[in-house]
Amino acid sequence: MRHTISVLVINEFGVLSRISGLFSGRGFNIESLTVAETVDPKISRMTIVTSGDEAILEQITKQLNKLVSVIKVHDFKGEPHIERELLLIKVTANAETRAEVLRIVDIFRAKVVDVSPRAYTIEITGDEEKVEAFKELLRPFGIKEIVSTGRIAMPRTPKHHK
Amino acid sequence: MTKSKKLTGAEIFLECLKEESVDTIFGFPGGAVLPIYDALYDSSLKHILVRHEQGAVHMADGYARATGRPGVVLVTSGPGATNTVTGIATAYMDSIPMVVFTGQVPTALIGNDAFQEADIVGITRPCTKHNYLVKDIKDLTRVIKEAFYIATTGRPGPVLVDLPKDVLNASIEYSYPESVELNSYHPTYKGNLRQIKKAMDIILKSKRPVVYAGGGVVLSDAAAALKTFCEKLKLPTTNTLMGLGGFPGTNKLFMGMLGMHGTYAANMAVTNTDCLIAIGSRFDDRVTGKTEEFAQYAKIIHIDIDPTSISKNVKVDVPIVGDVNNVLKELIKLIPSAKGLKEYKANIADWHTQVDKWSSTHKLSYKDSPKGRLKPQYVIEQLYKATNGDAIITTEVGQNQMWAAQFFLYDKPRTYLTSGGLGTMGFGLPAAIGAQVAYPKRTVVDIAGDGSIQMNIQEVATAVQYKLPVKVVILNNIVLGMVRQWQEFFYDKRYSHTCVSVAPDYVKLAEAYGAVGLATGKRDEVASVLKEAMKVKDRPVIMDFRVDPAENVYPMVPAGQPLNKMLLV
Repeated sequence: MRHTISVLVINEFGVLSRISGLFSGRGFNIESLTVAETVDPKISRMTIVTSGDEAILEQITKQLNKLVSVIKVHDFKGEPHIERELLLIKVTANAETRAEVLRIVDIFRAKVVDVSPRAYTIEITGDEEKVEAFKELLRPFGIKEIVSTGRIAMPRTPKHHK
Repeated sequence: MTKSKKLTGAEIFLECLKEESVDTIFGFPGGAVLPIYDALYDSSLKHILVRHEQGAVHMADGYARATGRPGVVLVTSGPGATNTVTGIATAYMDSIPMVVFTGQVPTALIGNDAFQEADIVGITRPCTKHNYLVKDIKDLTRVIKEAFYIATTGRPGPVLVDLPKDVLNASIEYSYPESVELNSYHPTYKGNLRQIKKAMDIILKSKRPVVYAGGGVVLSDAAAALKTFCEKLKLPTTNTLMGLGGFPGTNKLFMGMLGMHGTYAANMAVTNTDCLIAIGSRFDDRVTGKTEEFAQYAKIIHIDIDPTSISKNVKVDVPIVGDVNNVLKELIKLIPSAKGLKEYKANIADWHTQVDKWSSTHKLSYKDSPKGRLKPQYVIEQLYKATNGDAIITTEVGQNQMWAAQFFLYDKPRTYLTSGGLGTMGFGLPAAIGAQVAYPKRTVVDIAGDGSIQMNIQEVATAVQYKLPVKVVILNNIVLGMVRQWQEFFYDKRYSHTCVSVAPDYVKLAEAYGAVGLATGKRDEVASVLKEAMKVKDRPVIMDFRVDPAENVYPMVPAGQPLNKMLLV
């Protein structure tokens, strides 16, 4: 089972290594990990995509909370939230395929950010489902390279206050 | 307002230790910490000069285990720092409060592969509770304050502070922070009352309750509360290796240790219980055996200050996160007004009969004969007699550690000091020195094997230097006994590299160091050797007992088997 976990940490040197070391030392998975400063520059947010059964997820959450540098751990499972990742995809695009590639780019509201005689570099943002579908459609044309930011997430603001 | 004087980082360091009521540090000098050693020259702080940095950490560890106060270590950068790693990992596994200060090359040189540079903060990240590199003298007092706070609160553990030489030489106005502000660290001390009540309900409805108490009882100074709790509810009690002394070894309710080398009674009781009350213990694999069958008929209540310990290895029914001492006191408060107390006491009568039967049918024993070879267990029994059980015992790791756990009864907490989690050979002697430094008048004995004792033998010189009358009982069987035992049982008696018959003459070795050396292989000389050793008050004594190399530790639960599948004598 995949989980997206958001971890608020004190923004100090070595903190990334504390978190990644915890995962590797205890045999937990990291599928992706992103770090950036929050509104408060003293605090950073890490978004970690991990997998495991319930017991493992419970351990991951508890072990993260135990680190002195960790302020808060939040598992987005079963809660309305928004997830996004950004990809740069370099895809083969020659005279015959260009139009088709552009059409797909258009449908997905992606963007061509670099053009060469034989390839397009495309920027796309979205959740996992959209990004995966996009990759599938481009695959037949020949994907040369993909660079991804990894996933970030934020809870949805409740629409009705009780 | 008086303006405070400017002090150097090194001077501030010593001031901070004073603020933290540190009376003793264990250390070894070197280039990067020279500023501190220079300041120490004029200081009244007691510094124990060790012979190897690993020794310093185990000494600080022994000091901490014996007193409950944090042990403090000071070493230099590079190899000085890396030599502390085993000691730090030992303390981390057993949750021992400790602050280790390491020197570091000047900040400008960090990352340059400078002479005696090591990334000790990186190296010790996974084996410390937390660690720091102080890059600016402005942070020094705050970091030291936090280090002691983190080491001693919540689930205790070692904290390392790396001090670059230029920070130690810089000057600043000194003032010690009054409080710690850590918005990311809040240990839970008070147990949830609803959970505590639920636990009490389950206990009172049980017919076969068992208490399984670990090192957390000792760490939170909860021995008195545990005794009251168990006696009021007549709970048969077992201790983990780390828990020994947390419940009186001579108490009628005590079944002995459980686990791989636990007693028959304790292991059978835990296997058959319908209500397991785990207190300050962590379901270690050496305790549980096959986890699927561990206390499989029981509702499990688990009291622990560390949430990660709960349901990590074995799923529990009633978790109570909190300080063991606090939670036990809350539980005790509930007893007088508890509903069903009378029925409960009537219901558990049969269980007590059963436990007593287990205890009497398979007592801890060994095959002894006056004419046969000297048995290691016999030496420990004699040691118990010679000290009237009133001693701080430290151990090395292996058979010596298990026999020391089985054949010496510990009535008080902080009297059995052993490397339980990491299993560090070479722990016992320096730990004994640390305990003796804390309590110069008490009897402190390291029960050692001939394999382990050589791993930190150099610290005999430290004990001689400070006139510490540490006693070392070597159970000399000329083999690495526990490994040999496994080879006998599980590797077809192929004794690969476990014979250590080439060893020093321990009597001569002791004398070479300026200690007292005694030796015997005869049963009827054991008592007199021990008696003679106990008379020595001004230097260490090494006793070489030549014991039967074929002796094994029983009972034994083979790794991965359920607890009731014991090999018996």
